[in-house]
Amino acid sequence: MARLEKGIILSHRQVAPEIYSLEFAAPALAREASPGQFLQVRTSPTYDPLLRRPISLFDAEAERGVVTLLYRVVGRGTSLLTELPVDGLVDVMGPLGRGFTLPERPEKVLLVGGGMGLAPLLFLGRMLKQGGSQVKILGGAADAQRLWAGNRFERLGISFSPVTVDGSAGRQGLVAELLADWPELDQVDRIYCCGPEAMMAAVSKIAREHNIWGELSLEEHMACGVGACLGCARLLQPGDTGYVKICKDGPVFNMSEVQLFKLD
Amino acid sequence: MESAKQDIMIDLAVDLGGIAMKNPVAVASGTFGYGKEYEDYLDISALGAVIVKGTTLEPRSGNPPPRIVETAAGMLNAIGLENPGVRAFAQEYLPYLVEKKVTVIANVAGNSLEDYAAMAAYLQGCSGIAGIELNISCPNVKKGGLQFGTDPHMVKEVVRAVKAETSLPVMPKLSPNVTDIVAIARAAEEGGADALSMINTLMGMAIDIRARRPVLANIFGGLSGPAIKPVALRMIYQVFPAVNIPILGGGGIMNSNDALEFIMAGASAISVGTGNFVDPQCAAEIAAGISDYMVAQGIGSLREIVGAAIQR
Ligand SMILES: Cc1cc2nc3c(=O)[nH]c(=O)nc-3n(C[C@H](O)[C@H](O)[C@H](O)COP(=O)(O)OP(=O)(O)OC[C@H]3O[C@@H](n4cnc5c(N)ncnc54)[C@H](O)[C@@H]3O)c2cc1C
Ligand SMILES: Cc1cc2nc3c(=O)[nH]c(=O)nc-3n(C[C@H](O)[C@H](O)[C@H](O)COP(=O)(O)O)c2cc1C
Ligand code: FES
Repeated sequence: MARLEKGIILSHRQVAPEIYSLEFAAPALAREASPGQFLQVRTSPTYDPLLRRPISLFDAEAERGVVTLLYRVVGRGTSLLTELPVDGLVDVMGPLGRGFTLPERPEKVLLVGGGMGLAPLLFLGRMLKQGGSQVKILGGAADAQRLWAGNRFERLGISFSPVTVDGSAGRQGLVAELLADWPELDQVDRIYCCGPEAMMAAVSKIAREHNIWGELSLEEHMACGVGACLGCARLLQPGDTGYVKICKDGPVFNMSEVQLFKLD
Repeated sequence: MESAKQDIMIDLAVDLGGIAMKNPVAVASGTFGYGKEYEDYLDISALGAVIVKGTTLEPRSGNPPPRIVETAAGMLNAIGLENPGVRAFAQEYLPYLVEKKVTVIANVAGNSLEDYAAMAAYLQGCSGIAGIELNISCPNVKKGGLQFGTDPHMVKEVVRAVKAETSLPVMPKLSPNVTDIVAIARAAEEGGADALSMINTLMGMAIDIRARRPVLANIFGGLSGPAIKPVALRMIYQVFPAVNIPILGGGGIMNSNDALEFIMAGASAISVGTGNFVDPQCAAEIAAGISDYMVAQGIGSLREIVGAAIQR
């Protein structure tokens, strides 16, 4: 069941340029959430900005009753969000949407994240490890600082292979290039991917060529977040007659369902 | 006065032109889906009424995205009336609301008088519908695409056509995109309207300066939220003295103080739309807030303050 909750903020800090980590107590939410789902976060108690902002669950720890969000400041809403003080409350709705499908048996899994697309993959990685899967992650960002989340994966025992545009960490270039050259690609059972659409398009193509099952997570501007306003509509394939709603039918879709044609 | 406060019996029920509501707070069409979408957040059966997503005679897939964009204290939407059609609504979505024992108001949209009439006739045969809200902010294809709601004559015709097919209360939803709202309201009343719903969204747009093009794929969209509240209030204030049918007021209502302003401008009941997105529990909170106000002011029935702000 989803709920409207005001969670007490336990920590809130900048972890990289423009990137913040927000940790709050929300026991019921943490218990019910699954990886790939998101929250609708109120960024200010006033009516401007008006709408909630969709933010993925970076982590949801049922035992501690704690939820963590990792967000990048891009506009007015996220910049107001940075002002929420520790011990104050954060107003969230969720968990929302259809998250990632976990394997029934342990599998060899590759996570591929670009930029803020790394955010929903940590909780997923933790659940996959818990289920006994072998998990590795390829993570790309502009530079080493923005790959802050890498450490969090390493702490879970998930090996993190970095790629940066400026070469300040790992291989220089794009994460899809690293994936294309990945030596163990033919042993991979599953790929889960989140990031800019051009990157997800490239990753989907590689997965298809190697016949690897894959899921990806899409974004669309949202108002309600619960499937009521029909605002977050999107065509999954160019010729489709009906629109899916990213908030309810997604945000996670199987790579075979989606033909990415909207480039950023 | 103190003792009056104690003894007062608050009656929140409203008769909106034959539509019986438990309390004066409805949720607005297109902002609450078919009710079920919000069941985790509040008790659907405690709402004054659920006005369901606009339906058309045949299914519609809606406009291409982007369909929504946030604006200052508001948002624009161009959903394009995506819906499964009136039959699927009645068969697949209505039973849930009937089971919840909540007042259900259907919302219909058409491109011709025949469309409206056919939907009214169909809904007449569905049990569990308390009334029909007519979305008249739609183009009349037979009149060169002119919106029904912008022409008093067409408004009267469409209300008449619907009334001829149904015994259910009929409530046209007035478009604010007109010069003389009073003329439109009077025409609706002459056509036989049982109540008026005011207001629908204001036409607007937003431009992406990087791409140098409109943000919405449909170019124009309907503005809703707190940004439109003063316009809605003004129109209700003008219409209230000019008609003898009750008004369901809405447009930017976020809390009970907003709702009370609408009631004092002449609304007998109110609707919450965009507010549901911001706080999915606000409809229930608004009803509670109105009740608190009545207790504090010693008001037994809301009727005592409907139109109370009108300066004669
Ligand atoms: C399912 C989902 C999960 C997300 N998870 C994360 C996350 O974990 N971390 C993170 O940093 N960001 C995430 N985002 C993106 C985040 O929602 C936007 O960056 C944020 O809404 C921007 O708000 P703003 O007011 O700062 O920007 P503005 O550009 O001022 O916002 C204006 C409007 O556009 C919307 N908007 C702008 N960018 C986006 C976007 N990319 N996606 C959806 N709506 C947008 C806003 O919600 C708002 O309604 C996610 C988006 C979705 C759809
Ligand atoms: C996303 C969205 C969809 C809407 N869909 C409909 C609709 O299908 N039919 C209708 O009559 N009004 C529709 N409306 C208008 C609302 O019912 C309401 O009249 C309007 O938004 C003003 O009220 P508000 O400011 O409280 O939202 C829609 C509004 C929004 C924001
Ligand atoms: S955001 Fe309202 S339907 Fe998805």
